[in-house]
Amino acid sequence: MKKLALAVAAVALFAGACSSSDEPSTQSGGASASAPAPKGSGDAGTGTLTVFAAASLTESFTALGKAFETSHPGVTVKFSFAGSSGLVQQLTNGAKADVFASADQANMDKAVQGGVIDGQPTVFATNKLAIAVAPGNPKGIKTFADLNKPGLTVVVCAPQVPCGSATKKVEQSTGVTLKPKSEEQDVKQVLNKVQSGDADAGLVYVTDATSAAGKVDKVDFPEASGAINNYPIAVVKGGQAALAKEFDDFVLGTEGKTELGKVGFGPAQ
Amino acid sequence: MLAVPATLALALVVLPVVGLLVRSDLTRLPSLIVSPSSWHALRLSLITAALSTLACVLLGVPLAVVLARARFRGVRLLRSIVLLPLVLPPVVGGLALLYLLGRKGFLGMLITTLTGESVPFTTTAVVIAQTFVAMPFLVVSLEGALRGAGDRYEQVAATLGARPWTVFRRVTLPLLLPALGSGVVLSFARALGEFGATITFAGSLEDVTRTLPLEVYTQAEVDIDSAVALSLLLIVVAVIVIALARPRSWEGGLR
Repeated sequence: MKKLALAVAAVALFAGACSSSDEPSTQSGGASASAPAPKGSGDAGTGTLTVFAAASLTESFTALGKAFETSHPGVTVKFSFAGSSGLVQQLTNGAKADVFASADQANMDKAVQGGVIDGQPTVFATNKLAIAVAPGNPKGIKTFADLNKPGLTVVVCAPQVPCGSATKKVEQSTGVTLKPKSEEQDVKQVLNKVQSGDADAGLVYVTDATSAAGKVDKVDFPEASGAINNYPIAVVKGGQAALAKEFDDFVLGTEGKTELGKVGFGPAQ
Repeated sequence: MLAVPATLALALVVLPVVGLLVRSDLTRLPSLIVSPSSWHALRLSLITAALSTLACVLLGVPLAVVLARARFRGVRLLRSIVLLPLVLPPVVGGLALLYLLGRKGFLGMLITTLTGESVPFTTTAVVIAQTFVAMPFLVVSLEGALRGAGDRYEQVAATLGARPWTVFRRVTLPLLLPALGSGVVLSFARALGEFGATITFAGSLEDVTRTLPLEVYTQAEVDIDSAVALSLLLIVVAVIVIALARPRSWEGGLR
């Protein structure tokens, strides 16, 4: 029996490994979990606002959430920051949220098609790529083409994620085909590999390189303008629509523009 | 009385797999699985898991014997340390490996100086990460068996004039075979499913470091159907491995 138990344990391990590679936060399955959302009292709205936002918005949205709480007494803003596609999967599987902010149009489109978005998404910011290098730029990387210098360890995002598709676009427009040592799953992983010193250079968003100032140096390159990422924001169906709309307007307003500008986001075009 | 929790336990294992099956479009399954990147991932997974299982055996068997037979102070502490990868989140293990063997890690720097090569982002890194997480499974199975069996046979062999190496080869190893079988299956399965340490330490590049679990994760970003199909493939491979290896581990296992 012991051997059988071990065999069963092995299957369990396996299943665990598979599910963990899918997405970190599990939702209690679909329709059964869609109990009525705790509504705030009245139109102005009090209570908790849940915001699903792309990982690259971590710094700016955390600051914006604080400011929103100050101007809306009684409101608590809770964030779930993760890769946009993971967030869409959670939403379409019944996760409860009031606002969704995506790092690209494609994932917002998926959410709209999945029927979880209320109304029209609005683009609130833009982002573009930059090269992250070790502080002081010891390898002297100045242009996109420099990334192909022999002996350099370059790390990029996988083409399946937004920063990776932007990288592909730049490669096509410049005719420079990179030979990365790794295609990471998200932009923060690329940044980590540069910070740890295991990669000489990585393609990240301007905003990530700006937020990590001191740990990496940012090298801008003109071709990045050919692959601009739009960040749309929208109200999620079944949540606190009025309060969610107010948060969206807040992000689109002056305070939003200021906070987003601080970490290097461009204005919506 | 035991039937209810036992059924629940079984359901916890089986139902998620059923969930995957229900969600997957079985008619599209073959076309989803047959892509060059899936086959590269499957091949890489099988090769690296086999290599790391071999490494687990070569390193883990002596370690288990030492842990089970040694009498020196601190052996209990050593036992707990060996179990560390079992309790550590694999991502933490991956970070630890990166800071040891990465270009800025002290061992990594030494390796780069001596050989001119660096370990991260290579297939070797995948095998190291898998060995790191899988070895405790082998050591635990073996050590339990060894301590259960005691060392009477070995002592008898020694009094009959066998040298230590002969005792190990002719007495200890044969006694260990059943436990070795289950240990090998467990470590292979764990290595095959390894994700966190691999993506952190070895990165993800097709045909070099992107094993099947990493391919599932990458595909899930764009095409959840193909991620589900690949997950099923992974489960099928695991079941085959366990089914093939089980008879061997049962052999002589009924004491």
